[in-house]
Amino acid sequence: MLLEARDIVKRFPGVTALDGVSLRIEAGQIISVVGENGAGKSTLMKIIAGDQVPDQGHVLVNGSPVDFREPRDAIAAGIVLIHQELSLADNLDVGANIILGREPRRGPFLDHRAGRKVARKALKTVGLGDLDPGRLVSGLGMGTRQLVEIAKAMATHASVIVMDEPTSSLSDRETLILLETVERLRAGGTAIVYISHRLEEVCRISDRVEVLRDGRHVGTLEGDGIDRDSMVRMMVGRDLVAGDLRSKVAISSEGPPRLRIENLRTRRFPGQVIDFEVRPGEIVALAGLVGAGRTELLRGLVGVDPVITGRIEIDGRTVSIRNPADAASVGLALVPEDRKDDGLFLQETIADNLVIADLARQAWGGVFRDRNRERRLAGSLVRRLGVRPARLDITAGGLSGGNQQKVAVGRWVACEPRILLLDEPTRGVDVGAKAEVHALLDRLARSGAAIVMASSEMEELLAVADRVAVMHDGRIAGELTRREANEAAIMALATGTVRPRPGTPDEEAAA
Amino acid sequence: MNESGSEDARSDGELESSIRSRGWIFAGSGKIIGVAMLLAVTCIATSRFTPYFLTGYNIENLLRRTSLFGVISIGAAFVIMVGGIDLSIGSVIALVGCLLPWLLVQQGVDPWIAVPLVLMLGPAIGLFHGTLVRVLRLQPFIVTLCGLLLYRGIARGITADQTVGFQNGFKGLRSLVRHRFEIPGVENFAIPATLVILMVIATLAIVFLRTTVWGRHMLATGRNESAARHGGIRTGRLIILAYMVCGGLAGFGGMLFILDVGSAQPADFGNFYELYAIAAAVLGGCTLRGGEGAIIGVIIGAALMQVLQNAITLIDWIPDTIQYAVIGGVILAGAVADELIRRTMARRRGTIA
Repeated sequence: MLLEARDIVKRFPGVTALDGVSLRIEAGQIISVVGENGAGKSTLMKIIAGDQVPDQGHVLVNGSPVDFREPRDAIAAGIVLIHQELSLADNLDVGANIILGREPRRGPFLDHRAGRKVARKALKTVGLGDLDPGRLVSGLGMGTRQLVEIAKAMATHASVIVMDEPTSSLSDRETLILLETVERLRAGGTAIVYISHRLEEVCRISDRVEVLRDGRHVGTLEGDGIDRDSMVRMMVGRDLVAGDLRSKVAISSEGPPRLRIENLRTRRFPGQVIDFEVRPGEIVALAGLVGAGRTELLRGLVGVDPVITGRIEIDGRTVSIRNPADAASVGLALVPEDRKDDGLFLQETIADNLVIADLARQAWGGVFRDRNRERRLAGSLVRRLGVRPARLDITAGGLSGGNQQKVAVGRWVACEPRILLLDEPTRGVDVGAKAEVHALLDRLARSGAAIVMASSEMEELLAVADRVAVMHDGRIAGELTRREANEAAIMALATGTVRPRPGTPDEEAAA
Repeated sequence: MNESGSEDARSDGELESSIRSRGWIFAGSGKIIGVAMLLAVTCIATSRFTPYFLTGYNIENLLRRTSLFGVISIGAAFVIMVGGIDLSIGSVIALVGCLLPWLLVQQGVDPWIAVPLVLMLGPAIGLFHGTLVRVLRLQPFIVTLCGLLLYRGIARGITADQTVGFQNGFKGLRSLVRHRFEIPGVENFAIPATLVILMVIATLAIVFLRTTVWGRHMLATGRNESAARHGGIRTGRLIILAYMVCGGLAGFGGMLFILDVGSAQPADFGNFYELYAIAAAVLGGCTLRGGEGAIIGVIIGAALMQVLQNAITLIDWIPDTIQYAVIGGVILAGAVADELIRRTMARRRGTIA
């Protein structure tokens, strides 16, 4: 056994990421690890690669236990993790990246010629024999960078390469080249641990598939037994939760939609067009896997990131949105995914955080602040949202994740938005606070707001949404009504395993 | 809408009054206690070492200088509050300070034209800096460092590096700054006009920062620009505005300085003043990370700088040549003490600041 992880347990505050998971890897094999977002895949990989230390359990290399404290320990043992966000230095050339930290020297000086030789040899192993090691990484496409990253791993004489979502930002052609390269490495005796949401790829290259769910190992598929449906079934697994929050809500189809998007193209997915609408009082969930383009869509809508093209209509009128201030002025707001960096002022008080977006409306003549009104508004919000502790004067940074999220949402509740967009509103939020956030969204919708919520949690999608729009590769792969939506149907659309409905633009022929 | 019944929801008044109300003049003043104490200690120490410190003449002089530096320090504080920096303040002072007598004396321009003209220069320079920082996304440090060289060079070029001055003319204009408001029955001391000017500007700055929506937005921008942007704040405009305020006050300060002293050498007029202004702002509680600051503290910081210089001049056994070393040492000690106090407080509260 080349590499083995035995009964790994890893806990984070409030959540057990891994609960006794084992994994065995042999030379010349491609092992895929699949699971929903948050199933524990990345944590397991980080532990194998020395990026994190397990609370319990062992990692064994060639049968003997090892104690990786940091990635360099794992690299020395021949295990290299290639992160989803590549770690190449843009400002260095290809060769320098490949030998980074292990530069051949002659005395105190760099031995450029020897370095180039090492780089060339490594590039050859990934089929990039023609690439000039002197080229700057910043000039390379994503696919080539991914291959250079593998070459870098090969230059360390890695015997196990762990790849976390290597194809999430690659084109189809680049993906194909990458998969061929991975297969070539396997033939050369390297072990590959492959993590991908794209189940087609997993089916194609895997010798064995391990399925994780909620931090537990729930199944193994081998050889001919590897097929998409079995994977989806295992990944989703748990009992379908019938939410009752919105079951009796009827969405009126009269009048113009609250929000209509036409021909929207984001920078990240310039080839994909999004058309979409939401009615007043409706909660639409955006489902999809990591990197499917949900965040890009939401950020594009409020003008955080510029979009390439697209028409946005609110209540039948075309609006022009270049930044979040424009969006706020037409009643459109986003509660961003990263609440610590983008959502809240952590060093400021709860009161300041709650009123910041509505200051002008609370002010005398829109200019001079009325602190008493601000305080009353903040006070009433804290009560309505159930922020705990129910105080105005402590900093937002001192609140738990769930209460921070209530404040981030509450800021916009104050403004009575026509459309509220939320990106992963309950990520890292405990169960109780999660239910409170859901109830808050329900109340907002009942008061007439349209709500679009990107979420990676199936239970949440099914409990809160009137309609689920599933994104895949930057486009809306399909929409499911509340009645049609179930975990299997959503996963099938999200992993690109069903053809989109006729009429939806589709550039790639689904396998 | 009222969700009463939640056990720990407090009664109306209780929750709202849980915000300690310090009034807006001293809002954000938690950090100024340190610099105020440092100033007091320096004053007491100096007065014990030299009898000349607590004389009416010396105090008046200190007030006048503090006021002049206070004006430019408030400008620096605005830029620092939005997370930027302006290194060109001294050169803007030189440009405006040299242009004004040059226009009035050498070129014979009417004061009603010359004064507004030079006063517009500062905000225009600030707009230029702000635009480069926001639109082209250049580093503020680089933009204003180039400004530092640029405006000094222009001032020296226009004047051919010759000393410019009012040559005993323009008494009326100069009295705007030189005037002393005598206090009946008090000899050897009068209130300098510059103090009145500073108080007006400081009041405007405090009103802007503490009572208007824009001021709140500006501080929020400095605190966390991304969050401010997501919160619907037009952060770009506010940052450009901060640079314009800084440039504007530097230009205005340049005019005050030249009206005060009467003549200027283009090569060194205003040299290092940006560093005094930045030091005063930071001493006054503006962290270079942005988002914080109290104008009162900035003025106390400016006063501290002046008292230190004054002390070095007055106390016999401190050689004048080590002036910079003393100022640098005291500011550094203040910054270290401030940081240590902050950490201790943060640890006591159990939060990671």
